[in-house]
Amino acid sequence: MGTHIVSMENVSFSYGEKAVLNNVNLTIERGDFVGIVGPNGSAKTTLIKLMIGLLKPCKGQVKLFGEDINTFKAYYRLGYISQNVRNFNQMFPATVEEVVGAGIYARKGLISRIRGEDKEKIDEVLRKVNMLAYKKEKVGNLSGGQKQRVFIARTLINKPEILFMDEPLIGLDLDSQNQFYNLLDRLRRDYNITIVMVSHDIGIISEKVNKLFCLSNGKVYEHDLTKDIGSRASDILKNLYGENVKFLFHKH
Amino acid sequence: MLTYEFMRRSLIMGIMIGIVAPSVGYFLVLRRQSVIGDTLSHVALSGAAFGMLTNSYPVLTAILFTVIAALGIEGLRRKYRHYAELSLSIILSVGVGLASILISLGNTQGVLSYLFGSLSLVSSQEISLFTILSLIIMGTIVFLYHKLFYMTFDEESAYLAGIPIKKINIFFSVLVALTIAISMRIVGVLLISSLMVLPVAASLLIANSFKSGLIYSLTFGVISVIAGLMLSYYLNLATGGTIVLSALAILLIIIVYQGLKKTSV
Repeated sequence: MGTHIVSMENVSFSYGEKAVLNNVNLTIERGDFVGIVGPNGSAKTTLIKLMIGLLKPCKGQVKLFGEDINTFKAYYRLGYISQNVRNFNQMFPATVEEVVGAGIYARKGLISRIRGEDKEKIDEVLRKVNMLAYKKEKVGNLSGGQKQRVFIARTLINKPEILFMDEPLIGLDLDSQNQFYNLLDRLRRDYNITIVMVSHDIGIISEKVNKLFCLSNGKVYEHDLTKDIGSRASDILKNLYGENVKFLFHKH
Repeated sequence: MLTYEFMRRSLIMGIMIGIVAPSVGYFLVLRRQSVIGDTLSHVALSGAAFGMLTNSYPVLTAILFTVIAALGIEGLRRKYRHYAELSLSIILSVGVGLASILISLGNTQGVLSYLFGSLSLVSSQEISLFTILSLIIMGTIVFLYHKLFYMTFDEESAYLAGIPIKKINIFFSVLVALTIAISMRIVGVLLISSLMVLPVAASLLIANSFKSGLIYSLTFGVISVIAGLMLSYYLNLATGGTIVLSALAILLIIIVYQGLKKTSV
């Protein structure tokens, strides 16, 4: 058995007295495209923050690349796009180039200068996400979809092996969402990146990912979508949203 | 004006403050922590009052009090993670309460000059001390520029990128404390936070990058201080208030200019 990129064993987490995750066990393998879905307040963000060490579990063990999260230091191996970037302050005076370059300078020493090779790296990742033409633009002036591509470019600068994204599609229209998924397909193909993505839209994400973690009442239900789940779809949604779920199928 | 020794000293001090206060304020404003300037300046007042009461050097006791308060804010912020602004209110209350008690104990007649700032207070020894402190503050901002930018932009991602967030936050709080302690001589504790915020507010309206925003902020800071010092000297006005109103005038000019530009398009 190869080393899991992410593994959680009997992980529980609570905010004060309120338990939000109970005895969670899961694994993520290299190359997986994982979706995390669940109703509002089902601890999707908490789960992703536990995976990357922004929150510490009350009980159980989290491992990243086979190493306990408490001793893990090689954060350059992962990229993270938080929910905060969605609320990006329009007035924040930063250009696309500065935001993407932040990923480089964070790893440098105290005195760091822009070198030619750094500029080439920035250009390369911006080209990859089709944002090179906007290099000198202020990030606040971009559309929601363009901002997401800039934040992805920022994480790509360190060539991460796994990319965590928390609700990256909120506020994007259908066209932008499709472009976003096409970009993720390209990144998986070109960089072999493992992707973990929180989403509120179970319909679209279940068509794209190979593994789905459904959160409900502190439990995580794992589904392998490489196998047909058609007959089990109603059970998955009942677990997530309760008994009164009705399916509406549209043929477009 | 510059034939007087005290005016030359005030101008040198003023230019240093005009560079340092908005530079530190730039990161505070963008991290939505600009109230920290107000909080620490009230603590600085209690520090200065303590210095007068004990016949110590008021600026040094103010530095001591503000640094302790800055560390206290960081500690309380961890205690009240979901109500971070509470830490500022608590320390502000402590600062005001302590200042009022210390002032009432007597031997603090000079405290008014620390409240509103004064031109005649700066000695040549202080110029040397404040120059060293200003160089430390600006040197730190230059050295930590990229890391501070990342933290300002997205603190969670900065943490994951390996930036020692906690250490830098504590260190930066100490820088804010030092900035307030050296600025209170000329601008006065009640108006320091304005000098940290107004030039930044003006720069945000016209900056097209993070770096240009910082440069605009300190340029507006220096212009405000020089204009304020000159006007207060010739018109016999309170120094701190004139400096702050000069900074406000720059902000208004930019707002009006932008409005005219929009209507002409």
